[in-house]
Amino acid sequence: MDHHLLSIITFMPSFAALILAIFLRGEDAAADRNAKWLAFITTSVTFLISLFILFEFDPSNTDFQFVDEATWILGLNYRMGVDGISILFVMLTTFMMPLVIAASWNVSSRVKEYMIAFLLLETLMLGVFMALDMVLFYLFFEAGLIPMFLIIGIWGGKDRIYASFKFFLYTFLGSVLMLVAMVAMYADAGTTCIGGCEVSLLTHTFASETFSIAGITVVGGLQTMMFLAFFASFAVKMPMWPVHTWLPDAHVQAPTAGSVVLAAILLKMGGYGFLRFSVPMFPVGSDVLAPLVLWMSAIAIVYTSLVALVQEDMKKLIAYSSVAHMGFVTMGIFTFNQQGLDGAIFQMVSHGFISAALFLCVGVIYDRMHTREIDAYGGLVNRMPAYALVFMFFTMANVGLPGTSGFVGEFLTLVAIFQVNTWVAVVATSGVIFSAAYALWLYRRVVMGELIKESLRTITDMSRRERWIFAPLVAMTLLLGVYPALVLDMIGPSVNALVASYDTALEAADAAVQTASE
Amino acid sequence: MIAADLNVILPEVILSLYAIFALLLAVYTTKDSAASLLVWVTAGVMLLLAIWIGMTGTGTTRIAFNGLFIEDGFARFAKVTILLSAAAVLMMSVNYMKTRGLLRFEYPVLVALSVVGMMMMVSAGDLMSLYMGLELQSLALYVVASLRRDSVKSTEAGLKYFVLGALSSGLLLYGASLVYGYAGTTQFAGIITVAQSGQTSVGLLFGIVFLISGLAFKVSAVPFHMWTPDVYEGAPTPVTAFFATAPKVAAMALFARVLHDAFGNAVADWSQIVALLSVLSMFLGGIAAIGQTNIKRLMAYSSIAHMGYALIGLAAGTQLGVKAMLVYMAIYVTMNIGTFAFILSMEKDGQPVTDISALNMYSKRAPGKALAMLVLLFSLAGVPPMLGFFAKFGVWQAGVDAGLVWLVAASAVASAIGAYYYLRIVFLMYFGAEGDERLDGGKNGLLTAFLVASAAIMVVGVANMFGVEGAALAAAATLVN
Repeated sequence: MDHHLLSIITFMPSFAALILAIFLRGEDAAADRNAKWLAFITTSVTFLISLFILFEFDPSNTDFQFVDEATWILGLNYRMGVDGISILFVMLTTFMMPLVIAASWNVSSRVKEYMIAFLLLETLMLGVFMALDMVLFYLFFEAGLIPMFLIIGIWGGKDRIYASFKFFLYTFLGSVLMLVAMVAMYADAGTTCIGGCEVSLLTHTFASETFSIAGITVVGGLQTMMFLAFFASFAVKMPMWPVHTWLPDAHVQAPTAGSVVLAAILLKMGGYGFLRFSVPMFPVGSDVLAPLVLWMSAIAIVYTSLVALVQEDMKKLIAYSSVAHMGFVTMGIFTFNQQGLDGAIFQMVSHGFISAALFLCVGVIYDRMHTREIDAYGGLVNRMPAYALVFMFFTMANVGLPGTSGFVGEFLTLVAIFQVNTWVAVVATSGVIFSAAYALWLYRRVVMGELIKESLRTITDMSRRERWIFAPLVAMTLLLGVYPALVLDMIGPSVNALVASYDTALEAADAAVQTASE
Repeated sequence: MIAADLNVILPEVILSLYAIFALLLAVYTTKDSAASLLVWVTAGVMLLLAIWIGMTGTGTTRIAFNGLFIEDGFARFAKVTILLSAAAVLMMSVNYMKTRGLLRFEYPVLVALSVVGMMMMVSAGDLMSLYMGLELQSLALYVVASLRRDSVKSTEAGLKYFVLGALSSGLLLYGASLVYGYAGTTQFAGIITVAQSGQTSVGLLFGIVFLISGLAFKVSAVPFHMWTPDVYEGAPTPVTAFFATAPKVAAMALFARVLHDAFGNAVADWSQIVALLSVLSMFLGGIAAIGQTNIKRLMAYSSIAHMGYALIGLAAGTQLGVKAMLVYMAIYVTMNIGTFAFILSMEKDGQPVTDISALNMYSKRAPGKALAMLVLLFSLAGVPPMLGFFAKFGVWQAGVDAGLVWLVAASAVASAIGAYYYLRIVFLMYFGAEGDERLDGGKNGLLTAFLVASAAIMVVGVANMFGVEGAALAAAATLVN
């Protein structure tokens, strides 16, 4: 197939951003409206084209499809493509972006720059999920920091500067270690191509002989070292306990739309990175460190759920719940079996919808009352019945009620972990109960009860625009909840291939150790 | 014979004659009022020479004066870069100097002479011509550093530069004499055969070390960097812009020329020294800049760090390394021209401002310029997707190829540290508090054009480097084979 659809959808948003930057003049309401509409139309068209790609995509083929290739500078290659795993993230991104733009309709300061930042961000996020060259991946992965840094720093809350710096430095420091590992990978494999080339990183076997440096024995050798370097970056991005502390700050300070993008898409880059790099390229390293990752995930699930219980800020509470849900993702990935990986990917997609919707729910009342304090609310159901219903639905989905997409992901990952490590499973399952506790308690305090607060007497229910933003999210959450095969059929063959290659790589490494000891 | 030789050095001859002619003209008319015109003409001459050198003689190597002077692809690449950046800096400085009464006719003449020196340096085929070019360049630079005669800081900068520069010239000469003593010749072609014939003798090794020390001073690599912040701060801003661009390219090119032409088969001997200089420069440049509030001092440390990255290419000691170094220098010069165009436009009530706190919330008052500056700062920091990242990536590639993985890893860490201070300026421009130190004016179309053009190159260049990469490869191929 010789077309450039992937490049087109990747760069269309930044093309629109360029048009905005060059041609849109003036500070008046008309200019702002034009900027919003252009951004909305561009992201919608991007979504439609990506739908076309989805229909053309052949899930039974585990190779990279729609590959777009060109020579680039410094002897590098520009290479884009999707497989069963990445196409889902591409779809998630293109699906969320029009909603994000629509949710930002009330932004009043520096609208043009705001829209440019989000459009550029879409290009960079799509690029991360499609890149088939390590340098290209790094480029998009890092560059995504810049617009997000500006979004938090310019349109954020009152502690935005602290939050934006923390966000940038945490993620940047993680990425530097990844870059060092990439340099080592290039030295070892002699290529930067991820998959589908004559020599590609996915098929290259990195050295895994145990060695010792400075008296410390490194089991799994080079692979373990590289795994750790990538882990530094992806764990921060995920974020995993204990490097999750930037996330609550960033979420609280970011504007609503910024939180939505952060929760729905940017956090998924970490999980995608594990699936694309860590597990398939360093199977021995992954195997060595899997217990550590599993326990970190279990601790994240329980600990952050408990922390969420005592939050007084709604966004902070949801942010901690995100960390807990991402714990299920890492747990699922590091079981290395079909159910675990299926569940992890499903959980990421589902969390993309649910957490985004929850942040939007907070945004709805924040727009009206300009506070996120839980104590400032109470009894909203009396004035906002529609809002109460939507909020109820997503609270339940967050808890993992059967019939919503939240259930499928949690269930699959828990089933998978029971086969691998029962103790972790026991701890993680208890986290499900805590998540029910904080989510329902939040709901009770904000929505139920008598409407006592004087300031809330005039609050209005959701506008038509707000209802339309929630409609697709509700639909997707329900659809994936009752018919998960929609996602699982898409990723099945690719995940199967991933598990198979992982198992063969481990066997080969074991056999090599055997022969060496004989 | 002489006619053929002269033909080879024709560009240098033309520029020298032009400088002398301009000097005479200015002396006889004794008017500084013609200085502005003179600057423009000088820039024009340099541009024409750059085009001429770039267009002619592709793929040929010509040697003049029995090997004293080499005109090859490498020299041409460096010369074009030097001439273009010098011309750009001259054009940028007219307005700034005129409004501050600094525009004297000596300025374009001295710059032209120092450029002749640089062209000489990059074409040197012998230790003698190397030294000649280096001194011609340096002496002219010492004088322009103290162009603002009645300012203590400016004269201090000139004097400091002169004293330390003389010291480094001494080191270099001492190294040259040792090399001559042990190799029996000053010509690079002769030295390389001696170095080839067997074990490098201890005397020759000492000679290399002293030569490298002298050259490291010129590129301001740590630990020979002490003069840089003071000179950058003291010199008038257009002069600082000049220091940060053309002489750096020339010194780097000379560095590569000496190491490869004269000691090309003793790579293992000098590679470690260069790697050490490189790693020290990257870290010191990155860490010391954090505390700076004066943007000129900050740029001084930034240039020290950048020289460290470029030195990785030299430490690799391969063709790929030289190519990466040349690409790095071309990108570095482009970024610096844009950045200095911005610094030149920073003023308040007609007075130049160099304190970065004046940039508080600059993005509100001049969103376009702030955005261009943001691109340049991220590019300087080496954050993808700006071209600055690819400059670093190129030298890293070369480093890994040559087995210097530790150096590359260290430089990745250094670049993360260095990102902090560039980010601080972005932070001030975009999220800072509204202070009373506000910049006004700065509505200079030409400076803005340079700023925007340089920022645009940082973005567009990622897709395609406009043939610079190919030219650098060809240049490197003539030097290392």
